[in-house]
Amino acid sequence: MDLNMDLNAPHSMGTTIIGVTYNGGVVLGADSRTSTGMYVANRASDKITQLTDNVYVCRSGSAADSQLVSDYVRYFLHQHTIQLGQPATVKVAANLIRLISYNNKNMLETGLIVGGWDKYEGGKIYGIPLGGTLIEQPFAIGGSGSSYLYGFFDQAWKEGMTKDEAEQLVVKAVSLAIARDGASGGVVRTVVINSEGVTRNFYPGDKLQLWHEELEPQNSLLDILNSPSPEPMNI
Amino acid sequence: MNFMASKQPENSLLGPEADSQRTLYPYVTGTSVVALKYKDGILMAADMGGSYGSTLRYKSVERMKPIGKHSLLGASGEISDFQEILRYLDELILYDNMWDDGNSLGPKEVHNYLTRVMYNRRNKFNPLWNSLVLGGVKNGQKYLGTVSMIGVNFEDNHVATGFGNHLARPILRQEWHENLSYEDGVRLLEKCMRVLLYRDRSAINKLQIAKITEEGMTISQPYSLKTYWEFSAFANPAQGAVGTW
Repeated sequence: MDLNMDLNAPHSMGTTIIGVTYNGGVVLGADSRTSTGMYVANRASDKITQLTDNVYVCRSGSAADSQLVSDYVRYFLHQHTIQLGQPATVKVAANLIRLISYNNKNMLETGLIVGGWDKYEGGKIYGIPLGGTLIEQPFAIGGSGSSYLYGFFDQAWKEGMTKDEAEQLVVKAVSLAIARDGASGGVVRTVVINSEGVTRNFYPGDKLQLWHEELEPQNSLLDILNSPSPEPMNI
Repeated sequence: MNFMASKQPENSLLGPEADSQRTLYPYVTGTSVVALKYKDGILMAADMGGSYGSTLRYKSVERMKPIGKHSLLGASGEISDFQEILRYLDELILYDNMWDDGNSLGPKEVHNYLTRVMYNRRNKFNPLWNSLVLGGVKNGQKYLGTVSMIGVNFEDNHVATGFGNHLARPILRQEWHENLSYEDGVRLLEKCMRVLLYRDRSAINKLQIAKITEEGMTISQPYSLKTYWEFSAFANPAQGAVGTW
């Protein structure tokens, strides 16, 4: 609770968001916790938002700012698609996000990861952090929970993964971040985008792998106390 | 113009040199403690998390400890201050035992001692940054009290600290009644702890439940609670409103 913190430093954002490319498309992932201060206002939020049929965006930071930016870009992209006569490319979507983020940098507090598939460039991920920098990356991580994942991705990321490898990597990463970041939690949502279309997945909190110092969930202490004790050892 | 800086005596608490001696903000913190009276004594629950800001840094912190023969102390807030309080109480119990007169400090006396310690520190602008729950049984009398970092203290049939005040106490007000059985008491505490797990950012899924009765006290092994995520609305919240949170 440092009351003298540097007001120019970026606010660390409650969330973990990830975007990863693989050979054939992209996998986007996010946690589902929205907090107001220390209270969890929504434990099952959907932070992966649709912009077009083939482009989605992961939102972090201010819920209001990220929703409005997405809504504007969805609107512009819709008009653009009609005028162009074919699906918009991921690059165009990312650039529109960038324009709004950059030109309103003093007022907005939102970090976004744009991911999708188009017929020209295949699967692409673009990170657009605070300030409106646009950066194309093979994978991107964002939100307060991402601090805990830089080392993990340095070690675990590989070029040319399969769809299942990429999705498992994303689920594992979000789950690890949830274990250590108080501002992330709930379920892991993923969206897989490739030439065949879009698939949404949902991994509830109790189905994720257990990490260090985490225990198998029980219905109640009473079940543990009433369970039969193990057989005595025979030497 | 040249002013002579006023010189403080070395042990004064005023002036910049004294700031390193004052607790301004906590570093490693524990979250809610919830407790209630039941048929045979007191039940208390706390998770095992020690948060470092927003990082869930330590996951095996015991935040409930026995005090003497008759009391149980649970703490939320700064863990180092809780450890210091345990040292003070250790000394208190030691001196009590040294009397060797067959009498021993009960929960009411320990609670009173803690209240005075917390309030006096608050008056010196150097608080112990904790909210404490003190429960116990002596001579058949059940006792459950709480003290905050500014010295606010009271006793009641059920108490909670931190977020527990907002999320657990309404549940307890509704569902607590006199002469709860052990099973019902545990289930009620688990209901409170599960809500805290869903809605408190600093909660972790690893808790202990402690019981104190006339016979003595036990602290359960650490365990985790099952959580529920299968509401149909959770699977696809954006179905009705694209871009929703």
